[in-house]
Order: sequence, then C-alpha cells, then structure tokens
Amino acid sequence: MQTFGEFLEMGGYAAYVWSAYGITALVLGGLLVSSLRRFSARQRALAALEPKRRRARPEPAE
Amino acid sequence: MQRFANPGRFVRLANVILPWTTGGAIVAIALGLYLGLADSPPDYQQGQSVRIMYVHVPAAWMALFVYVSIAIASAVALIWRHPLADVAARAASPVGAAFAFLTLVTGSLWGAKMWGTWWVWDARLTSMLVLFFLYLGHMALLNAFEDQSRGYRAAAILALVGVVNIPIIKFSVEWWSTLHQPASVLRLGGPTIDAAMLWPLLAMALGFKLYFISLLLLRMKSELLAARLRALGLAQMGMS
Repeated sequence: MQTFGEFLEMGGYAAYVWSAYGITALVLGGLLVSSLRRFSARQRALAALEPKRRRARPEPAE
Repeated sequence: MQRFANPGRFVRLANVILPWTTGGAIVAIALGLYLGLADSPPDYQQGQSVRIMYVHVPAAWMALFVYVSIAIASAVALIWRHPLADVAARAASPVGAAFAFLTLVTGSLWGAKMWGTWWVWDARLTSMLVLFFLYLGHMALLNAFEDQSRGYRAAAILALVGVVNIPIIKFSVEWWSTLHQPASVLRLGGPTIDAAMLWPLLAMALGFKLYFISLLLLRMKSELLAARLRALGLAQMGMS
C-alpha cells in the first residue's frame, strides 16, 4: 500500500502523468462549460425575443 | 430554416436521454479514475507512466468514433437531406477535435519518457495528426460561407473524403513498421492486455463515450436554438 506522497509522485513520472490527466480535465471540462454557457445565452436570447413576437401582428403560417 | 421552427420531438427525446448519459458518464469516469490511478498495478516495464494509457487510449478511440459518426451524419445529410444530420455533424466536430488533440498531447507525454522522444513521424502518429487537421478543416468549412447550407455541404464532403484516414490510423501499426506499439485490445485473437488494466481502460472509454453523447445532445439543442434565433431575426427584418 503506497502513501499519498508516493501516489502523487507516480514513481518519478509525476509531471507526465498529472499533466496528461490535467490537460484532459481542462479540455473536456472547458468544452463542457463553454457549451453550457452558449446554450444558456441562446435560451435567454430566445426568451427575450419570443414575448415581443407575440405582441406584434400575426405572421403568415410558419 | 423553417424546418427548425419546431424542434419538438428531437429536443424531447434528448431531454429524456440526457440525465442517463450524464449520470452514467460521471459514474464511469469516477470508476475509471479510481481503478486507473489507485487500484491497478504499475507496468513491469513502464512503471506508473502506464497510467497515461487510461486517458490516451479512450481519447484516441473517441477521436476515431466521433469522426466516423460525423462521416455517417454527413452521408445522411447529403443523401437524404435530413436537417438534424447537419446539426449533429456541426455539434460533434469540436468535440472530436478535442479528443484528437488530447490523443496527441497525452501520447507525447507518454512517449517523452517511454520512447525518449516527444514526436516521431511514424504512420500512427502522422495519420492521427492528419485526423486532427481534418477536424479543423471541417470546422473551418462549416463557417466559411455566407450561405450556411454551402458550408454544411462542403464540410460533409470533406468528412466523407477524409474517412479513408480511419482504417489507415487503425491498421497503421500493422501495415508499417511504427514506433507506436501494435493493438493490445481490439485485435484478432482478443485482448493481450492484463485484466487489471483492461477494466479501468473500458471504464474510461465508456465514460468518454457517454460524455460525448451528453455533450453532443446539448450542443445540438444549442444549435437548434441558434437556428431559431436566426429565423426570428430574419422574420423580424421582414416585418419592419
């Protein structure tokens, strides 16, 4: 059973192993966050536009 | 654009699927991380650096899987003109590019110590780099035209032309003499990798796949909203 220190050290490969996991987390996490934020922004924009549409004169069939 | 006026059925289906794929991704990745980092043995030759495999290989599998998915969607878009196929290809592309990028970077980190080099122009690495460039090209074409439908069409054609790269990547380690090692999992005769290492690998692979499905559905919903916003923008211009 290794100590936590030994776990972090990864047998001397710490920089390589943790960089690999780190950049994976960064890229996959970043993509998720960016996609969520864009989705929310578009939802808000749509909510802002839709009420105005209903107040305006009726459009031809969509 | 009027086709997206009522995304209805797809969005309802996506919302049913999303909690499962998201929850599943979290569980699978958590399990994969625990097994990969804590509960599996170091390699007799590579020591602890073998643990990079548990992100590198799933990322590589996803880079290939996403590209094939985009190629299928592109074929559907070109042949049957289903609007969701274009949306799916657009939504998936950056995710596939991210996986291809991670494959290259984590592979370099692994090879730096194990091979004594950060890069080599062997068939596996080179064809993987080509895949990354294909993703970038696909994304660029989608946004290159005023008329969005031309962008979708050009990107779809690129995706299909590039599909020839996929078997090249897969079989590169067998067809050419490469520094990259040959297959230890997906091969005739079954996996040669130790079970203790196979389980974390499969868990991470499943986690990455479920992550991709969740992210794809989210990004497709988002793209449908964007299309609706564009349609409303044009409709408002027509009314004034």
